[in-house]
Amino acid sequence: MSGVAIVGAGLSKFGRQPDKTGRELALEAIRAALADAGLAWTDVQVAFGGSDGSGLADTLVADLGLTGIPFTNVKNGCATGGSALMSAVNAIRAGAAEIALAVGFDKHPRGAFDPRPEDWGLPAAYGEAGLMVTTQFFGIKIARYAREHGISERTLALVAEKAYRNGALNPNAWRREPISADDIAAAEMVNDPLTRFMFCSPGEGGAAVVVASDTVAARLGRAVKLLGAATRTRRFGSFEVFSPSVQGTGRPSSVSADAAAAAFAAAGVGPDEVDVAQLQDTESGAEIMHLAECGFCKDGEQEAMIANGETEIGGRLPVNTDGGCIANGEPIGASGLRQVHEIVTQLRGEAGDRQVKDPRIGFTHVYGAPGISACTVLAV
Amino acid sequence: MGRSLTGSRCQHCGTVAFPPARGCQKCGRSSSEEIALGARGTVWGYTVQRFAPKSPPYVVPAGGFVPFAVGYVELPEGVKVEAVLECTDFAELDSAAPVTLVATDPVPRFATEGALARGGVIW
Repeated sequence: MSGVAIVGAGLSKFGRQPDKTGRELALEAIRAALADAGLAWTDVQVAFGGSDGSGLADTLVADLGLTGIPFTNVKNGCATGGSALMSAVNAIRAGAAEIALAVGFDKHPRGAFDPRPEDWGLPAAYGEAGLMVTTQFFGIKIARYAREHGISERTLALVAEKAYRNGALNPNAWRREPISADDIAAAEMVNDPLTRFMFCSPGEGGAAVVVASDTVAARLGRAVKLLGAATRTRRFGSFEVFSPSVQGTGRPSSVSADAAAAAFAAAGVGPDEVDVAQLQDTESGAEIMHLAECGFCKDGEQEAMIANGETEIGGRLPVNTDGGCIANGEPIGASGLRQVHEIVTQLRGEAGDRQVKDPRIGFTHVYGAPGISACTVLAV
Repeated sequence: MGRSLTGSRCQHCGTVAFPPARGCQKCGRSSSEEIALGARGTVWGYTVQRFAPKSPPYVVPAGGFVPFAVGYVELPEGVKVEAVLECTDFAELDSAAPVTLVATDPVPRFATEGALARGGVIW
């Protein structure tokens, strides 16, 4: 089985771009990733990609060139990018291709997501009663976690403050204005204990990653090794968005914990060896809980970690150095590959004002509805 | 017999589901029996819906939108059921507050002791 390396990563601009379609954002990302790799579209031998609501990825060939390669559409919610990448990696491992592309993109309208109860197997009554609101799940989960493990509302504000501060250092981010923790905490409450500034917003963007066999990677240079990758769906007893109940007794299972553990096991390294991480931060509480679920700390240790600045760019474990979903917005299909792009950029030492000092090992984690997670462990 | 929510119990592994399961999430078998779930439980987790959800699908109450609590109630069978939570003060819902089922339709609705005592609950 060949090793796999990331040889190119590219993004479109993130944030509102009224003059562009989601497909155009995908094309920008693909062209940026290919240019980054020093490759042309005609070099790509297999492709995977998708969006949640902005069209089919395989239609992009009309604008990229009709080369006849297999191009599989992926639709896996927030893990769309991660699943596309996993498929590209497996194609290389299987020997089906030496150069593969993964792409994710989306362009969501303003405002909260608008899910239909019927699409989630729920009676229409859940919508009529006001329970089809994504943010409620995040509020309930972090409120319970904070009570059990001593996470303060101040810490929730500090995580969002870091996201905007890092976003200000990232020329490609959507939100580039720092917001103080005091202002974040004082903003209007959406779902207790989460205020408006603690949430990411549905947004716009495209992200693409080119992976290759070790042989090709050695020829191209600037490669980042993919030490391990894993995608998982939820196991029994998990607590997810739009669940009419949580089954089982005791602590809910965590799909993020399962995916992270599998990625670390495949990589042969542990969380304590990671120098820089990207964790799904749908809202600030998610980043806090994912630190523990992915194995970077024990439950409750985040309170001191964050107060001590350990997750800042200059800290022991910088998290979401590009501003994460909070500063970049959430184009569902793109976020997972944006995370990979940031770690690749950091490991190459090309992150400019937000560069972490000499990172060797990086980690990415996405999580989304209805209980799906994708993780990678990358290294130089 | 008072009001109750209808759930199901897997005849193979005993896992309790709400609403009734078509297949068991734990063991994957499809043999289950419908059961009446206990009408009293404790608040497992909650948040407050501070803004009016999008309409449609949300149907704004006749008197206009007021913030309401939504969360999960842990029932004696172990299953945690999503519900609208009635209370006199949101802080009542902390510390695994005991709650009683007051409506099953259109979605499960539970009330705290305080809300029941106030009598503002429509039966």
